[in-house]
Amino acid sequence: MNAMTHTTNAYNFGFLDEYAKKEVRRAVLKAIAIPGYQVPYASREMPMGRGFGTGGLQLTLSLIGPNEVVKVIDQGSDDSVNAVNLRQFIEMTCPGVSTTTKTAECTLVQSRHRIPELALTASQIIVLQVPYPDPLVVVEPSEDKRKTMHGEADYSRLLVKLYEDIVKFDEITISHRYPTRINGHYVIDPSPIPRWDVPKLNDSAALVLFGAGREKKIYAVPPHTRAEPLAFSDVPFRVEDFRDAAGRRRACARCGCTDSFLDEFVADSGSKTWQCSDSDWCDEQLLRTEHPQGELA
Amino acid sequence: MSYVAIKGGGRAIAGAAAVTEFLRTEEGLGNTCTEPPEPLKIDAILHQLRHLVDRVISEGGVYHPKFAALAVKQSLGDTLEAAFALRAWRSTRPRLSATPPLDTSRMRLIRRISSAFKEIPGGQMLGPTPDYALRLLRLDLMDESPEAFRAIAREWLETCPDAQLPDSFPKVLDALRAEDLLPPVSATRQQAAFDITREPLVFPVPRSAALATMARAETGSLLGIAYSNMRGYGDVHPTVAELRVGYLPVTLPHPVTGEFTEAGEVLITECEVVAMYEAEGGGKPVFTVGYGACFGHNEVKAISMAILDRALQKGMKDGPANPSEDPEFVLLHVDGVDSMGFASHYKMPHYVTFQSDLDRLRTTQQKSGEPA
Repeated sequence: MNAMTHTTNAYNFGFLDEYAKKEVRRAVLKAIAIPGYQVPYASREMPMGRGFGTGGLQLTLSLIGPNEVVKVIDQGSDDSVNAVNLRQFIEMTCPGVSTTTKTAECTLVQSRHRIPELALTASQIIVLQVPYPDPLVVVEPSEDKRKTMHGEADYSRLLVKLYEDIVKFDEITISHRYPTRINGHYVIDPSPIPRWDVPKLNDSAALVLFGAGREKKIYAVPPHTRAEPLAFSDVPFRVEDFRDAAGRRRACARCGCTDSFLDEFVADSGSKTWQCSDSDWCDEQLLRTEHPQGELA
Repeated sequence: MSYVAIKGGGRAIAGAAAVTEFLRTEEGLGNTCTEPPEPLKIDAILHQLRHLVDRVISEGGVYHPKFAALAVKQSLGDTLEAAFALRAWRSTRPRLSATPPLDTSRMRLIRRISSAFKEIPGGQMLGPTPDYALRLLRLDLMDESPEAFRAIAREWLETCPDAQLPDSFPKVLDALRAEDLLPPVSATRQQAAFDITREPLVFPVPRSAALATMARAETGSLLGIAYSNMRGYGDVHPTVAELRVGYLPVTLPHPVTGEFTEAGEVLITECEVVAMYEAEGGGKPVFTVGYGACFGHNEVKAISMAILDRALQKGMKDGPANPSEDPEFVLLHVDGVDSMGFASHYKMPHYVTFQSDLDRLRTTQQKSGEPA
């Protein structure tokens, strides 16, 4: 609580003043009403760096209530430095709120770069941190022009980019931040989640909110809304391939899971292993299978 | 091998904060000095490092010199970090009131120059500036005695002649305007100013939004883009009609009566440039004007801003011919908090996206190796 005593005035619940929170909530309502549309908002400065999740954090702090159970992950992990930092800040500025690492127990997840493997439910909200809110930025630098393109659902230049990829590489080279069409109109940048996570947006039971603090935009994929990654009928969208040279699906070296997104590790000897990127998922798989005593690493 | 490379994130953060705090207080060990080491006093920063404070109140966008000095102290002199801390503190404050447009001819000046005219109404006043100083290291300051330090200020006050300064100085631009050399004051001046702290920039933006964005922009970013215009990626060719530094009385509506009441004063720098003339819609040709103003004594920033204001007005009228005339290019890339934050964020883990990149590269490599 050191930071709290640095000034004579204590901070408001959720750090931001109430007007700021109201503004964010109004933007959220609009974002839900127009799925995939990037709603501009003022975006206050937060005490952590722009690019570290200030947009997501403003959403979280505006939505958080006294009975909230919050989970914060970064790269799928609850324990990476930035996730710890954000969680501590939430605990510090929202007294009474509880935090958890368990996906199943939380009511609100703030995440950077991942959607948890465990399917989220209707009683949960996921807040994704967004560095680049506009998928058209790769083909058009001017926001003014991009706004018109979005309004007209004119994504032809984006499709041409995908086509050019196929001509050049025989493969679409977009690895993450895969452009995804929401409810048949607006194409969104789903934040730097891997392609693996994009299908989770489609018909999601949970509300998915996106917050870009630096770029001052909020957008949403409301529950049970269509989310279709851009692709061609003869070149379908594909998620990351975790098969080995023999074509077998690699398994997590820790829990043995064969249907999760894997992080690749290079040991000092040069050999490679793979483990679940979602740390809570990995723990749950371990508990469920060969470690009934719960003797976790 | 750890599960996530940075396991024990909480402990790592605490450790990083502790070692930074050690560096701040290391002098306290007494190993490097003969005098008993003292912590840096906020007052010392306010006075002896005043331009650091000026820069931080300007880029932080809050006129709070004491907290700016505190921010300088806790960030170990990093201006980007200090402005950032001040800006974040600002987010916790509700906006209770707004000032009316303030009349800068009422400034209590400490400095005022014009490079357009040798003689200006009210006279030129050089004031505190390093402009004509030789930038030679003053080795005598290496080990300044407290007695000598105190004597300098005392002597200056004793020998300083009583200046008969008027309360206000006329603006150089008013004289040019009286001669019909400037465009008439536009009607947009009557519109309420765009508040960039409460509304996002959605382009095209009004000039007041551009001015507000530049007023709290990072000095170096603003200078860099303005310099590109000066060097040839643009053609503003400005003349500084007037540059003034001083204390501007701030009025606020009285909470009960609503009457405008003087609430204090803020140190600001203001710069007005005139640029080559243009004929508006077949009318009489007149000079064009660029305006810059910011909290604190920051002359390079105010001049850069005035040049960019002129460049942006041109860009908005005729379409941008270079980056400094493009409102999106300039206004979205000059904020220190935004740009330093985003540059820093690349130090965070990107394992997932990089894994995804690897997948694409390996797949395309594999395909390029296959016979067509």
